[in-house]
Amino acid sequence: MSGHIVPTRVYYTIFGILLVMTYLTTQIAYLDLGAFNTVAALAIAGFKATLVVLFFMHVKYSTRLTKLAVLGGLYWLLILLTITLTDYMTRHWRSYG
Amino acid sequence: MHNEAMAVTPHESHPHHPALAHHFDNLEQQTEATTLGMWVFLLTEILFFGGLFLVYSVYRYLYPNAFAAASHELDITLGTINTAVLIGSSLTMALAVRAAQTGARPRVIVLLLLATMLLGGVFLGIKATEYLHKFAEHHVPGPYFQFEKEYFREAQIFFSLYFVMTGLHALHMIIGIGIMLWMSWWALRGRFSADYYVPIEVAGLYWHFVDIVWIFLFPLLYLIGRHGVH
Repeated sequence: MSGHIVPTRVYYTIFGILLVMTYLTTQIAYLDLGAFNTVAALAIAGFKATLVVLFFMHVKYSTRLTKLAVLGGLYWLLILLTITLTDYMTRHWRSYG
Repeated sequence: MHNEAMAVTPHESHPHHPALAHHFDNLEQQTEATTLGMWVFLLTEILFFGGLFLVYSVYRYLYPNAFAAASHELDITLGTINTAVLIGSSLTMALAVRAAQTGARPRVIVLLLLATMLLGGVFLGIKATEYLHKFAEHHVPGPYFQFEKEYFREAQIFFSLYFVMTGLHALHMIIGIGIMLWMSWWALRGRFSADYYVPIEVAGLYWHFVDIVWIFLFPLLYLIGRHGVH
C-alpha cells in the first residue's frame, strides 16, 4: 500500500517545533529589525507550512506525481505574487493616489 | 454503499473490496488518484487565498504605516492562542488519520476526530470574541468606522482585508468541522480499515491546508510593526 505509517513520535515532534516557532515569531515581532521583520515572519511561516505539508500532509511519503503537483501550485502562486508586485513596486502607483 | 459487491464478480476469481470503485484496478491506484485529486483541489484553494494575499501585499506596500497602526488594534495574545489551538487540531487530525491507517477501533478514530472538531470550535469561539471587540471598538469598515484621522481611509482597507481573509478562513473551518462530522459517522459505521482510509486521509489534507492558511494570516495580520509605532 502507498500509505506510509508515520510513527506518532514524528507527529509529536513536528507539533512541538510548530509551537516553538509560533512563540519565536511573536518574540521576533517585538525586535526592531527594519525590513528584516517581514522577512523573518515570512521565513518562519514558510518553514512551519513546509513541516505541515511534508509530515502532517504526508507529501514526504507520497508519489513523485503528488510532489510535482504541490510544487506546481507553489510555483503558480509565486508567479501571481512576484509578477504583480514587480509591477506595483516599479510603476510608482502611489503618485497617482 | 453496496455490501453485495463483496460477492465474486463474474470475470474475476477474487472478491472485490467493497470500497473499490469499478474504474480502478486496485485500492492502491484508487488511493493515489484520490489523493492527487484532492491536491489539485487544494491548488485551486492556494490560488483562491493567493489572490487575497496579493491584494494584502499591494496595499501593505502602498500604506505600510497605516497597516502597522491598524495591526496594533488586533489582540496578539488571542491570535497566538488561536495559532496554538489550530496547530493542536492538526496534530489530533494527523493522529486520527493514523488511527484509521493502522486499523484502530472506530471509537479511537471518532475520539480523535471529536478532539479536532472541539479545537476547531475553540478557535472559532475565540475568533467570534475578537470580531465582537472589533464591532464594539468601531473598527468595522463602513459608516461607523472610527480611527485616528491620519490613517482613517487606509486603516479601513486593512480591516476590510482582515474581515474578508479571516472570515473566509473561518468559513473553511466550519466546512471542515462538517466534513469531520461526516467522517465520524463513516468511522462509526466501520467504513474504514487499514486497506481503505482514503476519505479520512483527504479530509485531513483539507484540515491541514486550512491550518497553513492561518499560519500565514497570523504574522501578516497580527505581527506588523509591533516594535515601532506608538
